[in-house]
Amino acid sequence: MVITRPAPAEVAATVVDPELPMLTLAELGVLAGVEQQGEAVTVWLTPTYSGCPAVAEMAADVDARLRKAGYVDVSVRLRLDPPWSTDLITAEGRRKLAEAGIAPPAAEHGLLRLGPTRLSVACPQCGSTDTEELSRFGSTACKALWRCRACREPFERMKEI
Amino acid sequence: MTDDHVYLTLAESDHEAEARWAYGTGFADPLLGVDTALAPDVDGADLSLYCQMLGDDALILAQRLIEWCTRAPELEEEVALANLGLDLLGQARLLLSRAGQADGTGRSEDDFAYWRAEHEFRNVRMVEAENGDFAFSVARLLLFATARGALFELLADAPDPVLRAVAVRGAKELAYHREYATAWTLRLGDGTAYSATRMQAGLDAVWPLLEELFTPHAVELRLGLDPAVLREPVLAALAEVVTAARLTVPTALPLARVGGRAGRDGVHTEALGLLLAEFQSVAREHPGATW
Repeated sequence: MVITRPAPAEVAATVVDPELPMLTLAELGVLAGVEQQGEAVTVWLTPTYSGCPAVAEMAADVDARLRKAGYVDVSVRLRLDPPWSTDLITAEGRRKLAEAGIAPPAAEHGLLRLGPTRLSVACPQCGSTDTEELSRFGSTACKALWRCRACREPFERMKEI
Repeated sequence: MTDDHVYLTLAESDHEAEARWAYGTGFADPLLGVDTALAPDVDGADLSLYCQMLGDDALILAQRLIEWCTRAPELEEEVALANLGLDLLGQARLLLSRAGQADGTGRSEDDFAYWRAEHEFRNVRMVEAENGDFAFSVARLLLFATARGALFELLADAPDPVLRAVAVRGAKELAYHREYATAWTLRLGDGTAYSATRMQAGLDAVWPLLEELFTPHAVELRLGLDPAVLREPVLAALAEVVTAARLTVPTALPLARVGGRAGRDGVHTEALGLLLAEFQSVAREHPGATW
């Protein structure tokens, strides 16, 4: 008898982020590796922020998906080093964020400066760059709250870290 | 397979009949599966105490920051302060978990947070001071985030892999904290005469608590992590912000130590006992509670 089941890396790649469900963990750059040795599958996740409360849910979700796919010896482990960065979000991930109305982080960012920073952020609704930051901190640790002066719509923006 | 509901998925993952999924479960271990071997030349007891020092600083300030919920001047500030507290709480969880591994006791983050007495907490006295007004809280955040950010940059070379990982991740978070506090210091200091007076009073009140962050403890010296090297760059960075805000760099003397001891030795001000009484009450009222 031949048992066919998708490769563990394929299964893990389908798991979505609990707070940004339009993105998979792979697109978000949180999925740091999948290893299979015989029947044993190990998945490595890199948490986003130190206090990100979604890590437990991500780990449980990855574990559950792999078990449903037929893997019984599954362990999910955290990899803290190197740390997660918004630079790890894939191009596809950035596209999906924008599509969902969340302005993606800048692809490359320098060190934070002392004074107020000026960023050119395009509104994910109308594309105008006539936008302003309302608050550096938003509904989750990874997002800031912005407003578009052209179409008057508020929007969220994933901030660089 | 296509079920994306987080809580249903969590319930289904309950393969080891674990009744809880929040605090106290394996999945909530902030060091889950991280390689936690000690470097050969590091003393476990010293490393544990050091992690408690940095972990307690973060834990207690996180508690002070969330006290602003429902009290902040604007909703956006409330969200911001809670976010900053969440970052610090995350750092505290990692550090206190590491503390329990390093000393071989296997104590969990919750054991450290909820079951130690006041004199066992190793935080500096700056973080336990009551919130005061918004200006005092901003001033404290400015001093704390600047000093901790500088320390975390140094810790990128710390003699422990977990400490290094916490520091590299945390330094980026602290840069946002410092930027937040800087923006408010500039806005209040360079605002109206009244706001400047309040901001100056906040800086004056917190300044005597700064020196403790640069005063080495024997544990820090044995680990080769002398915080005295931070004094000069941190004071220079703070002076830059204070001057840009058209305020005066305070000259107040440091708060006296008690028989040569202070927060890092477990000697605290009255404020910590009151904070802990509230913070620990639920865990102590209902030991081992699950929900």
